[in-house]
Amino acid sequence: MPETTPEVAEPSRRQLRRAEQARRSEYGAWYPRWFWPSFAIPGVMWLIVFFVVPFYAVISVAFGTIDSFRNPLPVWQPWYWTNKYISGVLGHILGTDPYLRPTYIRTFMYVAIASTICLVVGYAVAYYTARHGGKYRTLILVALISPFWISYLMRMLAWVNLLSDDGYVNVILEKLHLISEPISWLSGKDITVVLGLVYGYIPYMILPLFGYLDRIQPSLLEAGRDLGASPAQTFWRVTLPLSKPAIYAGMVIVALPMFGDYYTNNLLSGSPNTTMIGNLIDGSVITAGQGPNGAVLVLILMVILLVPMVYYLRGTLKAQEAK
Amino acid sequence: MSTVSTPGGTRGFAGWLHNPWRKPRVLQWVTIGYLSWSILPVLIAILMSFNAGRSNTVFQTFGLRWWIDDPDQQALFQDPVLRRAIMQTYILSFVTMIVAVPLGVMFAIGIDRWRGRPANVANFAMLVTFVIPEIIIGLAMLLTVQHLFTFVKLGTFAQIAGLVTYQISYPVIIVRARLLSIGKEYEEAGMDLGASPRQSVRRVLLPLLYPAILASLAIVFADTVDDFVTVRYLSGPASSQPLSIFIYVTARASATPAVNAAATLMLVTTTVVIVLGYLGYRRVSRGQGGGDVSTFTQL
Repeated sequence: MPETTPEVAEPSRRQLRRAEQARRSEYGAWYPRWFWPSFAIPGVMWLIVFFVVPFYAVISVAFGTIDSFRNPLPVWQPWYWTNKYISGVLGHILGTDPYLRPTYIRTFMYVAIASTICLVVGYAVAYYTARHGGKYRTLILVALISPFWISYLMRMLAWVNLLSDDGYVNVILEKLHLISEPISWLSGKDITVVLGLVYGYIPYMILPLFGYLDRIQPSLLEAGRDLGASPAQTFWRVTLPLSKPAIYAGMVIVALPMFGDYYTNNLLSGSPNTTMIGNLIDGSVITAGQGPNGAVLVLILMVILLVPMVYYLRGTLKAQEAK
Repeated sequence: MSTVSTPGGTRGFAGWLHNPWRKPRVLQWVTIGYLSWSILPVLIAILMSFNAGRSNTVFQTFGLRWWIDDPDQQALFQDPVLRRAIMQTYILSFVTMIVAVPLGVMFAIGIDRWRGRPANVANFAMLVTFVIPEIIIGLAMLLTVQHLFTFVKLGTFAQIAGLVTYQISYPVIIVRARLLSIGKEYEEAGMDLGASPRQSVRRVLLPLLYPAILASLAIVFADTVDDFVTVRYLSGPASSQPLSIFIYVTARASATPAVNAAATLMLVTTTVVIVLGYLGYRRVSRGQGGGDVSTFTQL
């Protein structure tokens, strides 16, 4: 090793200039302009090729036509688009031959009921874990997260097993003399599908609620109590208002996937009596000649989901900026 | 410590109702009920995979028949179709993880500091892939492969493209949360000490992000093992169908306990990955603050 290591290097003019720049501008002044964008570019390219372009493909198929083999024939140029399939499907929802309308109404009903059950049960569980978990808190938390790595299929399969005609649910109900012969839960029962949806998506409700409730300062609740509020009043007037953002976020985060769900329905019912929007879309993939209709159904679903999605994303973006 | 006495000496139901320190019994039972409702069915389904009979609804006797030892060669590890499906599950998950996590981590680092309209649009599009129902991504990719990128055949490659698109937002969200919590002081300190921008990212920022990257790897792998929506639409020949599709297709049709065995194998895989991820996370985040279960969950 040479012994000429300088004690303190004189700052070069360039370093001084950079330091000055950094002092003047609050962020990122040391970096070349292209520096941070270059990190994001690969991801941006990926999104363009595999997300934006596919979305345009959906639009092109929806506004396109079909060939003589009844395969969809997408039309890429907007000036050649036809709205034949769009108006066709919309006619079947809103117009004179509304055979698709029950499916849409049913989907809204299912989602509304299922998300409400998710909220009520989920709030109770999240509240208990956050406030009274005590020494079991970590254990309960692990149990609450476990559905995230137990596959959705496994969880549905479990219910298919339990609810089949000779399954344990019927066995227990017969033992208790509540029913005299097995109920076929898996052939088009509304309640089975709704409970299946609750079972599938309630974990997504509980975790944000828990995160919020856990962060509420106990001092706020104590202040409410000190000022003479009963426990119930403290809950209604302090805890509940404070957890409102989480309630809205949780409702959106469970409702969005429910609107696109077809597998819960297919696994737990498979009957046309419980068809949801997702089943229509899934069916269009399987059936020949239904390509454009499937694309139209996707666009309609996007329009339905636009408001909750933008609401949720604006909240997320605001939270990112606030930090 | 003295025990807390009921104020005012009220007794009975009214006293219980007005006692602010009473245990929330109802909530406790709701929680216990919810947890059993949530976990028990899965445990029963796992048990069924060890059924020696043909049924996956009524347990007869214990046996490994549907794992390794079926006379008709239909057990999970015997049937060549299922063995191929197991391989496909691991291939898809591994490749998706290897592609999605670096893309997502770099995107997160870039988008966190890149200001301006293009950055906002890209950020918004990324979040849309996170909240959009999966069926939309699956169908959009299917139509694209069928009509636009016709040089791509349905099968493994298309499946991976779709899976990466669906999964890429996880590393982005996890890494951004971590970036917010570490702030920019460490990098600035690094640059004050003479690091170039690139060095400050590689030698200061990246090590600080290891916990988040590890968590992303585990979550993306585990989530891809379970995926069947995107994967099913983009699957081509039978050899490109992973276990998840086998379960989805046979759960209602001719289901034997082999289906339960397949689901159990997936569960074991994801559990191992998540536990490894968690242990690694604790290891690399030692001395960085955080590292208990609740931080891991809030990622």
